[in-house]
Amino acid sequence: MSRWEVKIAGFGGQGIILAGYLLGKAAAVYDRRHATMVQSYGPEARGSACNSQVIIADEPIYYPYLTEPDVLIAMSQEGYARFAPEVKPGGLLIVEQDLVTLDAARLREEGSGGDIVRLYTLPATKIAEELGHRIVANIVMLGFLCALAPIVSPSGMREAVRSSFPKSAIELNLMAFEAGYERGRLSRSADDRV
Amino acid sequence: MKRGPAVLTGVHFINGDVACAEGALAAGCRFFAGYPITPATEIAERMAERLPEVGGTFLQMEDEIASISAVLGASWAGVKAMTATSGPGFSLMMENLGFGYMTETPCVIVNVQRGGPSTGLPTLVGQGDMMQARWGSHGDYETIALAPSSAQEMFDLTIVAFNLSEKYRLPVLIMSDAVVGHITERVIIPPEAEIPIVNRKRFAGPRGAYLPYLPEDDLVPPMVAAGEGYRVYITGLTHDERGYPSTSPDVQERLVRRLVEKVRRNAHDIIRLEERGVEDAEVVLVAYGISARVAYRAMELARAAGRRVGWLRLITVWPFPEERLRELAARVRAFIVPELNLGQIVREVERCAAGRALTIPVLRPGGAVHDPREILAAIEEAFHV
Amino acid sequence: MSEERHPLDHLLRADRLPHIWCPGCGIGIAMRCLVLALEELRIPRDHTVVVSGIGCSARVAGYVRLDGFHTTHGRAIPFATGLKLANPDLTVIVFSGDGDLAAIGGNHLIHAARRNVDLTVICVNNFIYGMTGGQFGPTTPLAARSTTTPYGNFEPPFNLPAVVAASGAVYVARWTVFHVRRLITALREAITKKGFSFVEVLSPCPTGYLRRNQLGDALDMMRFFKTQSEIRHGAPPAEVGIELGRKLILGKFVDVERPTYHERMRRQLAAFFTEPYVEKASEEVEAKEVES
Repeated sequence: MSRWEVKIAGFGGQGIILAGYLLGKAAAVYDRRHATMVQSYGPEARGSACNSQVIIADEPIYYPYLTEPDVLIAMSQEGYARFAPEVKPGGLLIVEQDLVTLDAARLREEGSGGDIVRLYTLPATKIAEELGHRIVANIVMLGFLCALAPIVSPSGMREAVRSSFPKSAIELNLMAFEAGYERGRLSRSADDRV
Repeated sequence: MKRGPAVLTGVHFINGDVACAEGALAAGCRFFAGYPITPATEIAERMAERLPEVGGTFLQMEDEIASISAVLGASWAGVKAMTATSGPGFSLMMENLGFGYMTETPCVIVNVQRGGPSTGLPTLVGQGDMMQARWGSHGDYETIALAPSSAQEMFDLTIVAFNLSEKYRLPVLIMSDAVVGHITERVIIPPEAEIPIVNRKRFAGPRGAYLPYLPEDDLVPPMVAAGEGYRVYITGLTHDERGYPSTSPDVQERLVRRLVEKVRRNAHDIIRLEERGVEDAEVVLVAYGISARVAYRAMELARAAGRRVGWLRLITVWPFPEERLRELAARVRAFIVPELNLGQIVREVERCAAGRALTIPVLRPGGAVHDPREILAAIEEAFHV
Repeated sequence: MSEERHPLDHLLRADRLPHIWCPGCGIGIAMRCLVLALEELRIPRDHTVVVSGIGCSARVAGYVRLDGFHTTHGRAIPFATGLKLANPDLTVIVFSGDGDLAAIGGNHLIHAARRNVDLTVICVNNFIYGMTGGQFGPTTPLAARSTTTPYGNFEPPFNLPAVVAASGAVYVARWTVFHVRRLITALREAITKKGFSFVEVLSPCPTGYLRRNQLGDALDMMRFFKTQSEIRHGAPPAEVGIELGRKLILGKFVDVERPTYHERMRRQLAAFFTEPYVEKASEEVEAKEVES
């Protein structure tokens, strides 16, 4: 696929913008593709709703906004409620399962056919906490995403992580990536069996 | 830590503001004075980090007036200098910008535009300072203003801005916007040897023979720096070739005409445009900055629906590319001009169209970019008039 | 036959004379004192720059045969800051008036003093806006008449030595154009002083100030400077405010040592970088400090 549109939504302090940045960096710097990120956030540095929008493509990207996201990572209830309906049919919806209550009515509708999105849930924050710090939940999510869709190469993603943190934080972040990646790999093979 | 490289050759994923700072360093800028203001602050932050690495000077001043004054002073010390701001700071700089044009001082001023007027929308996009860029300082003058529309261009055009400012000896404006300043994209920084650098013409003759404002054939006088022994006198008053103040209308005529003509006569060298699908177009979208990228999407949609629509992106906004617009006006049905203000550059397009082609503005006062469908609607309108 | 030349021609632009100042104006004396101070100092003149703003005093930048920059109103100090920081080898002197430096440029004045940029600021204080025809300014004494205080000034003036001393100036002095020898000495000291130095020069404006306040002519003002001044070196700057009917306090009020902007910058950055922020000498000093 030559063009991917990814939206990551949550609230300030979850590393939403950083996750978008790392995804774009992996694509631009290590996979040598075109990548663009625009971000939107409230006036406060922490706590308010924010999202990052990343486009990755083989062609130059003129229009930098998402038209129909291929992927939504929702790390907050608000992010899920606002943006889940935008996801492209057949697209990927990944939610932080401990922070988002899924809309039962929506699920039924989706289950009945039509605009089906592929839904995955992941306790990214809990996994991050088990690794040592909840701050890496965003990286767990990136690992998960990396295993589920060929948006960026896992090696590019690892390089992006390695080159973006101070020495003391690289190991934890790489562990977070691998933990997410492993969960994603398992989820995918479970799907394949179905 | 040893000194760092001035040119970070390689592939980067950085935002427009950071790319702008890197472009300045690559162009040879070694002095930055500024005052924090959203959404341009990241340029100052990057310069604060990077200038000491390359032996340059970063200075945070008490306001934007002081910032541009220090930049002009540094330029007269022979150092390439830049400041960066947004609307409110740009307004404060206007008087000293005029001093820069009058004294022919090379420097670069970046305006990462936000919604105005006044404090307006500090974090959100606008393109409302385009006419201020042209006419903001008092009196007659010509300026050069470039409008980057990507992080890559924040890098590339900052180099171009320095080169033009050195070549024609005047402050050059980079009229960016909040989206282009904050958009994070792939930016490729070429090897240092591949970056063309222009330095101001220097006078190297005997001391007694130097006339600071005696132009050469290109209407640009060679420059010296303070401390080189030429004992120059530089004033914002109307001045003769020696730099001495004069109240003679003849001196005024000669000086101000030259300040204007050195830009107008060299417009072919200064103007940069990007065009797509203009050859067969019946309708041409004319846009700049982030709006050009939104307009591109509208063109794609219109072309997909079978409309012969072209796209012309103004990279140089001032001097305005009159010649090209007049050429097109003779053969297209309409120009469509989307901008994030309530009608600025569209006036220039209309002036060039001079009734030969329709000019349709698609305007928003900033805060958000257009929906491509708004522009598409204007395209449909153009085909139905 | 040799042409007769003024002994200071090499430091003045004779082709720009006569100057624009009114008969009795003191700015010419202040300029001559600057030139004589430079003559005595024998610092490299090609590296000496005079920067001014706008106003009668600001014209000095165009009369001295040095690199001169006649900038915009109030902005001499930030322009000079840019020059000095971009080329630290320059000796940068700001010569301008009280309205230019303390009103429209007041913010820059206090911030340059705070940073302790190595500049010499010479402020000719004639208590009035002269070039625009005698409007009151930030130094006009209370009750004084001007074209914009036709009923007398009721805005309290700045005590400039106190303002700059409080902001961090390392050298602060006040003299009048009557006290030429002492003024020359002060200018010499100020120019050689490392850091932000400030010399206030009280000067008559016969056209815009004296006449309107029935203070006589320039000669009367000189007489006033002579008889009504009290020299008090080291006087606390807060106590040297100028009031009508009170003696003028003159002298050198502040002469202290404080690291300049450049020194602090180099010291701070030396912790992170080697050249160009660490000179050989200071590297050795640091090595010694580490050893002990």
